[in-house]
Amino acid sequence: MIELQLNKVLNSNHGKMHLEIDLRLASGTFTAIQGKSGAGKTSLLRLIAGLMQPDGGQIEVDGKSWFNSSQQIDLPIQQRKVGYVFQDYALFPNMSVGENLRFALSKHDSTSIVDDLIEIMELGELRNHKPEILSGGQKQRVALARALVQKPSLLLLDEPLSALDNEIRAKLQQHLLELHKEFNLTILMVTHDNGETLKLADSLVVLEQGRVIEEGKPSALLTSSNISGKFQFTGEIVNMQAEGVISILTVLVGKELIKVVSERDEAENLSIGDKVLVASKAFNPIIQRIN
Amino acid sequence: MDWGPIILTLKLATVTTILLAVIGIPIANWLANTKTRLKPVLEALISMPLVLPPTVLGFYLLIAFSPNNAFGEWLDHWLGLRLIFSFEGLVFASIIYSLPFMVHPIQAGLSNLPKSLTEASYVLGKSKFKTLTKVLLPNIKPALLTGVVLSFAHTMGEFGVVLMIGGNIPGQTKVASIAIYDEVESLNYAVANSYSLILLGITFTILILVYMFNRGGMKGFWK
Repeated sequence: MIELQLNKVLNSNHGKMHLEIDLRLASGTFTAIQGKSGAGKTSLLRLIAGLMQPDGGQIEVDGKSWFNSSQQIDLPIQQRKVGYVFQDYALFPNMSVGENLRFALSKHDSTSIVDDLIEIMELGELRNHKPEILSGGQKQRVALARALVQKPSLLLLDEPLSALDNEIRAKLQQHLLELHKEFNLTILMVTHDNGETLKLADSLVVLEQGRVIEEGKPSALLTSSNISGKFQFTGEIVNMQAEGVISILTVLVGKELIKVVSERDEAENLSIGDKVLVASKAFNPIIQRIN
Repeated sequence: MDWGPIILTLKLATVTTILLAVIGIPIANWLANTKTRLKPVLEALISMPLVLPPTVLGFYLLIAFSPNNAFGEWLDHWLGLRLIFSFEGLVFASIIYSLPFMVHPIQAGLSNLPKSLTEASYVLGKSKFKTLTKVLLPNIKPALLTGVVLSFAHTMGEFGVVLMIGGNIPGQTKVASIAIYDEVESLNYAVANSYSLILLGITFTILILVYMFNRGGMKGFWK
């Protein structure tokens, strides 16, 4: 069980923000954190890891206190059993893939965990390569493997898959699920992607302005508004084109461009740059496997 | 021609550079990470030798180390160190004189590394010292090389400080730049020319090597 009660005043671009988090994570669960940028997601991870110091509160992991302002406990980063995957991966450029993993070993650890992780993450062929020549997905696999060498009680992931394309993303999501089961890890992951949350997480925490505004099962939180059997996406209009009685709108949904047809008078109220909701009844969709 | 001054110069530069590396790396690392308000003051102090006439530094060191005043006497009495007109004194003065040449490149190199490298190392349970030696320094090799070589070359070219506190004792303080001055004073232009050419050759070669390494031509060697 991981118990967090944290508060901290953060100085952001938009002035001061009070981060006040009260969270409980059961051991072995996979929790996703969502929220707008600047909501305090990364700060939360950094506070837990010890990379940032809370103004007050406490962090307790499996009965051990990592931080407690009233008892003046503040365990150094080095002693917190935490794995952290950074947004920029933070692989050490002077070390090969194998050396990056071995660097994470403590003095008396056996090296077998490194071999195991290299096998699970399919890094065998890259073992002697320097990070410089790896692709984004490969770097991410190395960063994940390196974070697990110490068998952390808690794995913190800061948007680990956001920079990757869909195919590699799907594969890494599979890896994450396997690792979660194999090591019985407690994982806290910052993500922007609803699909990813639904696929991976047991629970979802939504932050806004430094506070938890929603907490629960991802399926309940993310799909409640879709129950009427409709597809709906939010996006931004990037182009409009009049064609006879109709207008063709190009809408940017996530990273994809979609074209939708709208009636002329409907389109008159819209302009380029508007945020729109595109919804459709889902009575005749085409569903195809993609892998 | 007497090779003594050339050998003494190389010895002085080598000893100074080794000691500077030991002193300069921790200072650079501290400056790269500190948030103290005194930082500008400390940076200015370290950079002073860049703009200050060497004779000014030499003058104050001469005053400070003279056995005629309290500090110099204390050094002499308790540590048996006499820093004026001695090789030890030249090493001390050269360390102060060349400090910015060691500290600046290393500080810049460390500041330019992503913060996440340090943080990742800490999260992996590694101490500050191990992070510095195994992660940070190996990734700023060009900066380290620049620091070491510039300190070495700068110490070789030093004249004013040596003249003030070293004097002209063969085998002790008579370095090449002093020897050149000495020979010119005695109108031995040919000998002065030999010393000058040797210094010119050594410094030019050293600088060429630095630029070659740091251009990436020798990347395979460093990475």
